[in-house]
Amino acid sequence: MDEHTIESLAPERDAINSPYWDSLAQGRLTYQCCNACHKAWLPPRSECPGCLSDDWAWKEASGQAKLISWVVYHIAYHKAFEHRVPYNVAVVELAEGPRLISNVVGIEDHESLVIDQPLQLRIETEGGVALPRFVLA
Amino acid sequence: MREKIVIAGIGQTAFGKLAGRSTLSLNIEAIRMALADAGVDKAEVDGLFVKCPTSKFEMMYGQKLAESLGIVPRIGGVWDQGGASNASMIGHAAMAIEAGQCEIAIIALADNPATGTRQAYEKAWGEDSIFGWFGTPAGYAMIARRHMGEHGTTSDQLGAIAVACRKHGALNPKAQLRKPLTLEQYRESRLIAAPLRRDDCCLVSDGAAAVVVMSAQRARQRHLKQAVPILGFGQGQTSWEVAQRADLTTTAAEQSAHTAFKMAGLTPKDIDVAQLYDCFTIAPLMTLEAYGFCPRGKGGQFVQGGRIEIGGELPINTSGGLLSETGMPGLQMVLEGVRQMRGQAVNQVKGARTCAISNQGGIMHTHSTLILGQA
Repeated sequence: MDEHTIESLAPERDAINSPYWDSLAQGRLTYQCCNACHKAWLPPRSECPGCLSDDWAWKEASGQAKLISWVVYHIAYHKAFEHRVPYNVAVVELAEGPRLISNVVGIEDHESLVIDQPLQLRIETEGGVALPRFVLA
Repeated sequence: MREKIVIAGIGQTAFGKLAGRSTLSLNIEAIRMALADAGVDKAEVDGLFVKCPTSKFEMMYGQKLAESLGIVPRIGGVWDQGGASNASMIGHAAMAIEAGQCEIAIIALADNPATGTRQAYEKAWGEDSIFGWFGTPAGYAMIARRHMGEHGTTSDQLGAIAVACRKHGALNPKAQLRKPLTLEQYRESRLIAAPLRRDDCCLVSDGAAAVVVMSAQRARQRHLKQAVPILGFGQGQTSWEVAQRADLTTTAAEQSAHTAFKMAGLTPKDIDVAQLYDCFTIAPLMTLEAYGFCPRGKGGQFVQGGRIEIGGELPINTSGGLLSETGMPGLQMVLEGVRQMRGQAVNQVKGARTCAISNQGGIMHTHSTLILGQA
């Protein structure tokens, strides 16, 4: 595979994270929730980081979220992003608790964002992967 | 443990581009100088604590170095906490000496990312790279942005840290970057990962540093006049990745400092000079808060007005830090602390009796603290 393309950055699938990416491809953002202590988390892992139980279930997120922080890249660390700078990468917290790395899309000025502002899920497909991105709510 | 252990010797190579030198060679040069400074023969060394070169991970690196040194230590190895490793290993060596596991220990670090391999920096990107999430500067930028949003910290306040470190480094003949920086120049420095600019980011450097550690009693028996007592040490591990960290603007640096200050029986008010790990400007700003030099959220205000420059209330990074002396991850901060406590620093803080040192690794994942007293 051409290592300069966005496709080359597609996440490596394994038994634990495949349901996460498969759900996104079907238009649903899911997270893991512990059946023992009810802790909710992302990214996918095999045991609950709260109580260490391996008894957990996938749940669908509402899509409501808030912006914890964001950065604006002015240099590209990878060929696939050279035409895209400046672009943002954000830490987003879902209403259900889990946090994830994402992008805030549909904005003109990357510096106009405000911490803790409400966001809404928008799944976009890029490089053959359905990605959980967010727009201003 | 206060004053039971001393740093008896220090050594370093030149900093910058040292083409053709392996990390083993750099380590040996720094260790040879540290041993000479302490008046110790290599055969007396029975503890060898090494930070694996950041630029290239190698299995059993501690044993490769021991072989290159021609020694057979009783205890030691490689400690993996990124930049926090150095101060942490000094603490581990202190505990090992106190527990009778060794008597004279070397702590050493060498790296050659400037001219040698950059293997570790060319690693495969993580799962989030498809979002464009790359590189260490962006991790610190993510924390800095949150700090700005929560506390009103400004770019100029981050700039004040870069200006102070560059001012001190410009006066240090051994510094890699001896070009002072004005706040105006800082404002024009290009954005890397906003809000961080080029001048918020540390240097990339080849080099090595080493220290020799022994008990205070042994140093007295050997009539060492330049032995610097360790008053306190501590560690803390924030551990979680930036995206999963529940609170981006507090770290385990608080725990690390608490442990060290408690051991020393001191408070931040008792500290005369500090060497605070400055891989990115936001790091020392938040360390000042975590250590209690100022209230939480007030780090930005604290660093303004020359307070952290020579002649100020709390001079920091008096040899230039990672922003100006060398980007090597951490042990140089300990060496400068020792020089300040010996009264031999280039930018000597007059009458300084105590020095606080912070080391940290990853994106504030790990932290360690040392508090030194006068020789």
